[in-house]
Amino acid sequence: MSVDSKRWVAGHVAALPKSGIRDFFELVAKMKGQDVISLGVGEPDFVTPWHIREAAIYALEKGKTYYTSNLGMIELRRAIAGYVSEHFNVSYKPESEILVTVGVSEAIDLALRALCNPGDKVMYHQPCYVSYHPSVALVHAQGVAVPTFAKDHFALTAEALRAAWVPGCKILMLNLPCNPTGGTCDRVQLEAIAAFCREKDLLVMSDEIYSELTFEGTHTSIASLPGMQERTIFLHGFSKAFAMTGWRIGYACGPEPLIDAMMKVHQYTMLCASIIAQEAALEALLRGWDSVCKMRDQYHRRRDLVVRRFNEIGLICHAPRGSFYAFPSTQNMGVSEKDFAVGLLREEKVAVVPGSAFGANGLGHVRACFATSYEQLIVACDRIERYAGTLRK
Amino acid sequence: MNPVLKLLLEGGHLSTAQMAQVVGLSEAEVQQHLEQLKKDKIFLGWRPVLDLSRAEAAGAAVRAVIEVKVTPERGGGFNRLAERLARFDEVESCYLMSGGYDLLVFVDGSSLQKVAAFVSEKLSTLEGVLSTSTHFMLRSYKEGGFLIDQNEASSTRLTVTP
Ligand SMILES: Cc1ncc(COP(=O)(O)O)c(C=O)c1O
Repeated sequence: MSVDSKRWVAGHVAALPKSGIRDFFELVAKMKGQDVISLGVGEPDFVTPWHIREAAIYALEKGKTYYTSNLGMIELRRAIAGYVSEHFNVSYKPESEILVTVGVSEAIDLALRALCNPGDKVMYHQPCYVSYHPSVALVHAQGVAVPTFAKDHFALTAEALRAAWVPGCKILMLNLPCNPTGGTCDRVQLEAIAAFCREKDLLVMSDEIYSELTFEGTHTSIASLPGMQERTIFLHGFSKAFAMTGWRIGYACGPEPLIDAMMKVHQYTMLCASIIAQEAALEALLRGWDSVCKMRDQYHRRRDLVVRRFNEIGLICHAPRGSFYAFPSTQNMGVSEKDFAVGLLREEKVAVVPGSAFGANGLGHVRACFATSYEQLIVACDRIERYAGTLRK
Repeated sequence: MNPVLKLLLEGGHLSTAQMAQVVGLSEAEVQQHLEQLKKDKIFLGWRPVLDLSRAEAAGAAVRAVIEVKVTPERGGGFNRLAERLARFDEVESCYLMSGGYDLLVFVDGSSLQKVAAFVSEKLSTLEGVLSTSTHFMLRSYKEGGFLIDQNEASSTRLTVTP
């Protein structure tokens, strides 16, 4: 007797496309043991700084194994308030305007669940983080993709926003610096976006997870612009800047009624984030800044290295002002970005992710993560150069 | 800051060709920077970091840390004596310290006898040396920034992630 189990899967879940990242992961996994250099990762190569790990061990030794407040430990929320005020120039009340979550991932999900009615429209710039569109679809909302372009170094422009806007748009999701493009906006561009949001009464969800990894100039948060804090949910976490991806800690800051609504969903679905990870996050905020700067300086040099080599090879790319991703164009290679990525993996054993995994506007590009040692990056660039040479023949 | 010096401070080991790629200079320019750093006596030299307890490394079988109390001289302070002491091959490093003693001396030797002989015959007989206190090292857990016998499982990172 065979039962068609598939029919039990909810329609909107069945309709979600399989992630392009997943496809590529499986392809790379098949080449296990073959000396593949992967530039396909989305996380730091550094292990979490020891003092942070040690703080977690200490917390365990002290028997910190209980649930915490739904909002997260108050000491951690106070430290977050201090950190956000110092680095982003926005003040939040630790008692009511900050929610500690299981990564920025959960914070995004919570915000969308707390704010979207079925059919609401959510704008996001594309190419973008792979989870944005599925997260929107999972709450029965509609995604409205706003294209960003290589000619603008993938900064979001107010013009593109206006062109893509349709009645019913309620939320704008921002991710600056951006995964996968490394695109950012300067203050003037951000002000134009803010003005548009006020004009159209849009709420902003600002995912600033790569903000510490800004190499030139300073990062500006849209929440810090006049009249924006009241319509912005600021999302941030520890995964990238503190090299803490596996700890799963993030946070959301925003107006009390919005944080309260998110907290409602969080308390019934997650209860609270892991106390051990919260203890580690607290240590990161109190004493981790030097490590962040050291890692950022290394990413900076690695970026300069790969961007220079890519351009020499003919993989045209701008120097991303933030994040640890380069997003070169494959248009000079005479093949699609997918064929390029697959060919490069087969022939030279270097993994990059085809840009189409990040939405239609990523066509013709690949994402190369430079969170890998100098030695590996140099070898990877040499191999890419060799592969590009065979394509041009 | 000198870009090559910045890279050296990170502590990794790269060939000049690799350094050239990272800092975006030619190999010759990197070489020049290194020469200049040597000339300025900022960069003193290369040496490998070895686990000296391993027989294969066959380095110093015995290592000692010696606290030395000395009489400072009018005019020269501790320098003349410290510089003289530092010239002995047995002395691996030598520092002027604040606190309960004046000089801290790291000594390497192939046997206990040799280190003991160095201390009793050379070090303590130097004019100006008041007393010495010798501590022998039993085991090393970290050497020049490298952990000994402890592995970091950093290679568990997945190959492709969002
Ligand atoms: C733009 C963006 N947002 C969110 C996340 C997820 O972060 P977290 O580990 O905090 O859930 C990532 C991770 O790759 C990301 O790139």
